[in-house]
Amino acid sequence: MEATDQIHETVSQVYRSDSRRVLATLIRLLGDFDVAEEALHDAFRAALEQWPRDGVPANPRAWLVSAGRFKAIDGLRRQARFDPLDETGAAAELAVEDAAAWADPESVEDDRLRLIFTCCHPVLPPDAQVALTMREVCGLTTEEIAQAFLTPAPTLAQRIVRAKAKIRDAELPYLVPAPSELPARLDAVLRVVYLVFNEGYAPSSGVSVTRHDVSAEAIRLGRLIVDLLPEPEAVGLLGLMLLHESRRTARTSPSGEVILLDEQDRSLWNRGQIAEGVRLVEQALSTRRFGQYTIQAAIAAVHAQAAEPGATDWAEIVGLYDVLARMDPSPVIELNRAVAVAMRDGPAAGLAIVDGILDRGDLKEYRLAHAARAEFCRKLGRAADARLSYDRALALTKQEPDRRLLERRLAELDRDAKP
Amino acid sequence: MKYLCLVYLEKEKWHAVPDRECASSGDRLRDRGLLLAAEPLHPVETAATVRVRNGKVSVTDGPFAETKEQLAGFYLVEARDLNEAIQIATKIPPVREGSIEVRPVRELEP
Repeated sequence: MEATDQIHETVSQVYRSDSRRVLATLIRLLGDFDVAEEALHDAFRAALEQWPRDGVPANPRAWLVSAGRFKAIDGLRRQARFDPLDETGAAAELAVEDAAAWADPESVEDDRLRLIFTCCHPVLPPDAQVALTMREVCGLTTEEIAQAFLTPAPTLAQRIVRAKAKIRDAELPYLVPAPSELPARLDAVLRVVYLVFNEGYAPSSGVSVTRHDVSAEAIRLGRLIVDLLPEPEAVGLLGLMLLHESRRTARTSPSGEVILLDEQDRSLWNRGQIAEGVRLVEQALSTRRFGQYTIQAAIAAVHAQAAEPGATDWAEIVGLYDVLARMDPSPVIELNRAVAVAMRDGPAAGLAIVDGILDRGDLKEYRLAHAARAEFCRKLGRAADARLSYDRALALTKQEPDRRLLERRLAELDRDAKP
Repeated sequence: MKYLCLVYLEKEKWHAVPDRECASSGDRLRDRGLLLAAEPLHPVETAATVRVRNGKVSVTDGPFAETKEQLAGFYLVEARDLNEAIQIATKIPPVREGSIEVRPVRELEP
């Protein structure tokens, strides 16, 4: 009995370490997500029955792929007996497919990449890409993803069902994109990873500032992509996430209040994550094929390497924002650059840039634009203007700790106004 | 996780799916370790509703709700998550004729 328990533990371990790899290969062999997921379930069930009797196979993963494939074909044949119109002719095709294909370890690693690229395919809506990636690639349950994104589980389940139907109907090829398509497709994958990270690092709504598990999952996914496809931007994004993550503990007070960068206790920053992040940024920069994630990571690295706020190299940061703005011109980057310029040249210079952005009609609904404007006005002693902008920012804030930060700033203004 | 799949059918469709087919699909789910229990029900006319209020037992007919579809049976399944349970529900034959409500089973609090 004890031996059986041990084997059950082994099966659980293999599930944790290899179930996503087995699934990725089964999707390739069976050509359908749902059929492959059923096959995965059946393969692990077979392992629980057979391994205690026959011993753990030398290559558990190959055994599971083979068992899953067999069970799926068997299941399709049985189902065909009940379906009057045989839609399951696929079974016949599957049976003759080259069984040696899955044994090649290189193609098995490629299967994981195929799975990632398929889950992040641009024909799927962004929220579906995120849901599918977290469920199929990361192995989270629908309920866990729903909880992480504060979405009702049935809504999330529906998103996943629709995404799979779309993959099936559009007959998306299960492929790693060709080199000519790779940059754009990798960009879509990295966008999903960064979206997941940000949902954990700075949730768009809710009561707490950070949700650690979600960020940790994004970092794990980032590492997986770097392992499988060490493209400079993938490396840069991993560096960026680690550099942000290094400040997690310092970003929130024990009572859950937001602490901005210049007020953080830098001794709380995670040195190990900073060292790894900086190393990754340097690695990405050295390729000269880097993109916006790498530059953002380089900016985070400059902050991370300043022992105190006063020691920050703002000129370097403004320079990096200039590069970023050329690469990806956007009002949000202009706004971030304005904050760096204000630190280098004073609040008046920052205010001029922000007013320029708002005057031409951009970022009017973006709370951080109004919050930055309020800060600049406050530092310039323009209390009335500052108050208006804080109020505007507050009206646009959905996140509880951010709301409290802005309310604190407003209260400080009122206090300063009294003689 | 356990999920209860509640099968709803209109009265006219009660026998639209042959019992033989339900039995064999139930067997398949059971063989795959997914099915904990499943039973078909008689129509709602056969139901009695019991209440105890102030220590007194009352029994009434029906529930005779206004809805066209009635509870026709249930499958208690074991699944990794809601999407897996939904996938199982798509294999329950009456899903073609009526609808299946998939509900997560709650643990009693200690």
